[in-house]
Amino acid sequence: MPSLKPLDYGTPERRADAMVTLEVDGETVSVPAGTTVMRASVEAGSKVPKLCATDSLEPFGSCRLCLVEIEGRKGYPASCTTLVEPGMKVRTQTEKLQQIRRGVMELYISDHPLDCLTCATNGDCELQDMAGVVGLREVRYGYEGENHLKSVKDTSNPYFTFDPAKCIVCSRCVRACEEVQGTFALTIDGRGFASVVSAGQNGPFMESECVSCGACVQACPTATLMEKSVIDRGVPEHSHITTCAYCGVGCSFRAEMKGNEVIRMVPDKNGFANHGHSCVKGRFAWGYATHKDRITKPMIRKKITEPWQEVSWADAIAYTAAEFRRIQDKYGRASIGGITSSRCTNEETYLVQKLVRAAFGNNNVDTCARVCHSPTGYGLKTTLGESAGTQDFDSVRATDVIMVIGANPTDGHPVFASAMKRRIREGAKLIIVDPRKIDMVDGPHIHADFHLPLKPGTNVAMVNSLAHVIATEGLIDEEFVAARCEGKPFENWRKFVMEERNSPEAMESVTGVPAALVRGAARLYAQGGNAAIYYGLGVTEHSQGSTMVMGIANLAMATGNIGREGVGVNPLRGQNNVQGSCDMGSFPHELPGYRHISNNEVRSLFEADWGVTLAPEPGLRIPNMFEAAIDGSFRALYVQGEDIAQSDPNTQHVTAALTSLECLVVQDLFLNETAKFAHVFLPGASFLEKDGTFTNAERRISRVRKVMPPLAGLSDWEATCELSKALGYPMDYKDPSEIMDEIARLTPTFHGVSFAKIDELGSIQWPCNEDAPNGTPVMHIEEFVRGKGKFVVTEFVPTEERVNTRYPLILTTGRILSQYNVGAQTRRTMNNVWHDEDRLEIHPHDAEDRGIREGDWVGVTSRAGETVLRARIAERMQPGVVYTTFHFPGSGANVITTENSDWATNCPEYKVTAVQVTLVSHPSEWQEQFQKFTEQQIRLVDERKPATTT
Amino acid sequence: MNAEHLVTMANQIGSFFETQGTYEEGVVSVADHLKKFWEPRMLKVIGEYVRSGGEGLHPAVAEAVKRAVPA
Repeated sequence: MPSLKPLDYGTPERRADAMVTLEVDGETVSVPAGTTVMRASVEAGSKVPKLCATDSLEPFGSCRLCLVEIEGRKGYPASCTTLVEPGMKVRTQTEKLQQIRRGVMELYISDHPLDCLTCATNGDCELQDMAGVVGLREVRYGYEGENHLKSVKDTSNPYFTFDPAKCIVCSRCVRACEEVQGTFALTIDGRGFASVVSAGQNGPFMESECVSCGACVQACPTATLMEKSVIDRGVPEHSHITTCAYCGVGCSFRAEMKGNEVIRMVPDKNGFANHGHSCVKGRFAWGYATHKDRITKPMIRKKITEPWQEVSWADAIAYTAAEFRRIQDKYGRASIGGITSSRCTNEETYLVQKLVRAAFGNNNVDTCARVCHSPTGYGLKTTLGESAGTQDFDSVRATDVIMVIGANPTDGHPVFASAMKRRIREGAKLIIVDPRKIDMVDGPHIHADFHLPLKPGTNVAMVNSLAHVIATEGLIDEEFVAARCEGKPFENWRKFVMEERNSPEAMESVTGVPAALVRGAARLYAQGGNAAIYYGLGVTEHSQGSTMVMGIANLAMATGNIGREGVGVNPLRGQNNVQGSCDMGSFPHELPGYRHISNNEVRSLFEADWGVTLAPEPGLRIPNMFEAAIDGSFRALYVQGEDIAQSDPNTQHVTAALTSLECLVVQDLFLNETAKFAHVFLPGASFLEKDGTFTNAERRISRVRKVMPPLAGLSDWEATCELSKALGYPMDYKDPSEIMDEIARLTPTFHGVSFAKIDELGSIQWPCNEDAPNGTPVMHIEEFVRGKGKFVVTEFVPTEERVNTRYPLILTTGRILSQYNVGAQTRRTMNNVWHDEDRLEIHPHDAEDRGIREGDWVGVTSRAGETVLRARIAERMQPGVVYTTFHFPGSGANVITTENSDWATNCPEYKVTAVQVTLVSHPSEWQEQFQKFTEQQIRLVDERKPATTT
Repeated sequence: MNAEHLVTMANQIGSFFETQGTYEEGVVSVADHLKKFWEPRMLKVIGEYVRSGGEGLHPAVAEAVKRAVPA
């Protein structure tokens, strides 16, 4: 079990080829050049007292507690700011040092409340520890002098308090906000004794720029910044290392516990994805796991207009199996299917696709990656040979030019955004391609060198223009291309992009971006050193999503920006396990490891292992399932951990399909929007309640560890096994490690993966096999996975979703920092204080044209439907473009979005919907119906009949 | 399966592959894409649609459907 207090080395690790040998308290130690005496002392086994130092922050040298003696040097240098030198002889414990340190502590304690016994951090306070370490026995100055003890506590943040009376002004919080998070919300206000930590303009935290990442709370050595959960429930007594279940960064956390109760989630400094950092969701928004809305007993009903009946797991499974078999007998083997979840573990996802292929006997399995990153899979597989990003996150430390396309990292992937911002502060250049002026365009100490504010739907035109500049101005890395890429496709591509019609000037009227900006950005990308592209759903969720992904790969190959640290093509995955759910064979056309179902050799491998015959044809994708449900050929669906009724486009079409089903089985934590149409509800388990693995955006497989028993008695993988058994195809696993063993056995890129190996290494980036036993941080180093890289001609084809006089504006959708996806988790936390409704962002000009003011109710109408939201006037929008989030079901954001989709993968075109916006005074017809339906379904749950058997 | 929707999807696929090489290469690629990614009942509907005239389908796409979905 990991320690609640991991060893703190005081200052960050340095990496250097040269080692320096010195002596600390008689012990010889060798450390990399550039290491501080403080860190070397810890390495040597001597802990130097400290308060302003911690190994997540650069040395500061203010507390004067870490003084040491160095042979041959005068005075008492601070060990945190003194670098090691060869032959140095350091003494950390002498009578004189003790005397100085006691004097320092006396001063601190003379202005600190003496309430240790009732303090929330009693037993978990560095100030308290240091008082003990230095042997403080008295405070000669007394406590009557001027002090800060009556300072007012700030409780405005929902998750932590700020008590200036307990502050020792060590600046750790201020530095954490700057160095780790990069928000610069905190400062030290005043000078000398009047110095105080100040949020924003010396106001409450909630009125400052604070993004509630928790870095300051973690850095605080006293009870000044303190989690409210610890204040309420006391300090934790044990912990488990696990992986966050929010975005695709996949942060490692220490779940700090009391018994089975989570007290706080603390980012793990040994986590390779996050290095001890977190965001407001992972750090604080975990309360949903024990929210009163959790449904923890299985339920069934014949019709969705009937009350639910609670039943035992056995009865629910038996009912489901009987219904599925009845429906298959009546309508055929292909009349049922399943949807895997990117929020569930690899092992659970693998089992659901196995259930569908082996027990259902068809390939009607899909996953929510269909609606987000399926074009990434297609595009990168075609060009590079593997359906995954090329780098690890740490690669950004060696990047000179960061190009962000269609992503909003500070909101969607905040912890990695902090790593990017740190690199930019160090001097890396920044190019942003986005219709909106996202926060990274112009933030604290961050300014984009180029912002290309293109019109939505013109990504491919833009990437062709960038390529045109690179090709026509002689910026192609000819040597790289000749050595690493197929010749004929490259020549076809070069000829294509060099055509004048693809020039920035010719495309200016299409993209809306001045040609000079495009030329400047292209030159910087090609000539600025190591250049890396990071992209998000603003790339994939278009009718040409796959084309754009290939266009990005073309750019990277053409400039030689692939196959080494600091460069690459990096999809920022939306959900925690999108990469994993795709890896595990969740798509209807391919088995785990991205191998096509029609491949006889591969299929035979699985058939031999699973003991069944597999169908060789691809199954239905999610949108195809909806079509088939409406035409009557698809009658039953098992949905694990997804909310397609809220997240998928054209809500009315989706709900029509769900209503057509004879048996809809939903397995989830809550009665989500999809479950309101269900006939069977199987209670799901949160990430805190199960063992397994998640795979993040950098292909990193990390352990998810059970910290509390499943509230419903079964983990999700166990429920899937039970269902499979009831269908006559038993899947017997003692625990999830055996599922991973099977995955590894059948998947070449996972051959070397096991729970034991992950536990040993901390985490593993696939491919992990005989060729790469410890995993692969950077792919395509010597050659591409497909051998030679393949350039693809990316002709710009305008979307059919076009503006006209009736629908003159373009709507794009996205998410914000405090809420996550459909909001099922975050809406059940205090994160609502930052965002309690979805609003329509509209440029002031468009608002003025329509007489719209801040907060007005506006109708948003598209060819698919209408909904009503409140308006937010936003300068960051460009005229002609409006934006909303989709975190609240009643907002109906997807009532407006259409079924237009990517040509290759059917990924919906969420980012381009032609709409009109008008002032209105009442909700839309859909919203009124939604409200009635929701009330009915909540009533049917509230009136559920208790189980008669157990 | 809505044939009209499938026609739109197939034409989108055709729009991409027609830029990747010759007419014949485009036809082969579209047929290959349909076989790789379309479920049998989708192929059946689009196949029947083509055999009943195939109105609205790009010629190369119609040809690809005939190859992907033999009568």
